[in-house]
Amino acid sequence: MSGEDSIRLDHVSKSFGEKQVLDDVSFSVACGEAICVLGRSGTGKSVTLKLVLALLKPDAGHIWIGEDEITQLEGHELSRVRRRMGFLFQSGALFDSLTLHDNLALPLHRLTKKSRDEIEEIIDRVLGQVELAGDKQKMPHELSGGMQKRAGLARALVFEPDILLVDEPSSGLDRITASEIDDLLLDQKVRRRSAMIIVTHDLHGARRLGDRFVVLDKGRLVGFGTPQELENHENQTVRRLVGGIRCGRIMSALGSSS
Amino acid sequence: MVRIFDFVGAVGLFGLRVIASAFRIPFEFEQIWRHIGETGLRSLALVVSSGLALGVVMTLHTRGALVMFGATAMIPKLQSLGFFVEIGPLVAALLVAGRVGAGNGAVLADMRATEQIDAIEALSMDSFKFLVVPRVVACVIALPLLTTFMDFCGITGGYLSEYSISHISLHLYLTRAFQGMEWSNFVPPTLKALVFGFIIGTISCFFGYTTNEGAEGVGRAATSSVVVSSLLIILADVMLVKIIFLVFPGSAA
Repeated sequence: MSGEDSIRLDHVSKSFGEKQVLDDVSFSVACGEAICVLGRSGTGKSVTLKLVLALLKPDAGHIWIGEDEITQLEGHELSRVRRRMGFLFQSGALFDSLTLHDNLALPLHRLTKKSRDEIEEIIDRVLGQVELAGDKQKMPHELSGGMQKRAGLARALVFEPDILLVDEPSSGLDRITASEIDDLLLDQKVRRRSAMIIVTHDLHGARRLGDRFVVLDKGRLVGFGTPQELENHENQTVRRLVGGIRCGRIMSALGSSS
Repeated sequence: MVRIFDFVGAVGLFGLRVIASAFRIPFEFEQIWRHIGETGLRSLALVVSSGLALGVVMTLHTRGALVMFGATAMIPKLQSLGFFVEIGPLVAALLVAGRVGAGNGAVLADMRATEQIDAIEALSMDSFKFLVVPRVVACVIALPLLTTFMDFCGITGGYLSEYSISHISLHLYLTRAFQGMEWSNFVPPTLKALVFGFIIGTISCFFGYTTNEGAEGVGRAATSSVVVSSLLIILADVMLVKIIFLVFPGSAA
């Protein structure tokens, strides 16, 4: 494994029952680099993130986080490595019985020896970063979709992780709000030099955030490189996903008639 | 048939994991206390009202038969024995299975469906220890307490019913109710309530924690929690009564 790599997937495969979700996938992410994972729905993009965080175990292959092979870790060792990573879930996944403040305070109280004042300081700082400082006593159901995403990001940042895993940051959001979330992620990437894996369908956001793209199709990695490299890729699915080419029978018909 | 063995094996392993995790630090006292409040305090009104009503009904039923034999003086004793030995633990457990079991199953299944359990793991916390163990421990602690409330409410209901007919004094009623009562009439059923609490907590958390089927799974987890834990409580009751008679022969008298 290269000393520069934060994350490395080595020939990873995963299936659920008969369905092969990932098939021999390998790629790596360097420190300060953002990789965007593109692909059609159901091609194993979110599963990739969960494998990196060891929420799922691969059937074959290895996943390295720095010098640690996370698939082999358990208990305190796994916990130590996970604390290097922040995960922004697609839905935000805030604990719905806790206020926004307590959502952030819970892991800090349980996993660190920080004083109450220090914890309050961290909460104020990260909520300030996502512009939710005035909403910390609100319950998750009182927050809009965009606010929940930002709150989820704030919670992912409480341990100041050097790796960020982001699942569909812009899904269900309008273009302006999605762009604000992208700004926050860009800030993390530039300021903290976090390594990121971003699963997205939003090509506009992907082009802003991603240094390189991973393109998955039917569980296989069909393209890996910079957006410019992939625009002229031999694989049609890669070209369509990276180039944002609209196609299908209707678009073909419109194209031929114009 | 294989699926049944699969299920029994999975629940058994889940229960063993609960026991092993319960004796491992951190002990989650704060969460346990919170769930005792959820399980115990919020079930109290249900248990008290049911106990009173059952006490009244049981006295009304037994009175008719005992009058024929001129044995109405036995009503308080029958009432107390009935509640302490069988009705209290069993009915309290079935009520808690309905109220708390469904709640645990639905809440955990919803947390699974909305990725909140994954979020706990992503934050380096042990979701099993944080969510499951306190709920099971709370059920184990709360059920004997609720059973005791059920027992005394049943006797109170019986007394009110009997007083409205025969104007018996409270002192006399209680003297007759507790005459000849021994620890063997009280301790084994309380231990039985501990087992029922473990069954309710473990089964409901098993269905909630292990489901992964979205909104439909939430409903199924709640229903399965109630049905399976109620069934297992009744089956366990049969076995525990046999064991109690073996270990405490005096309680069979």
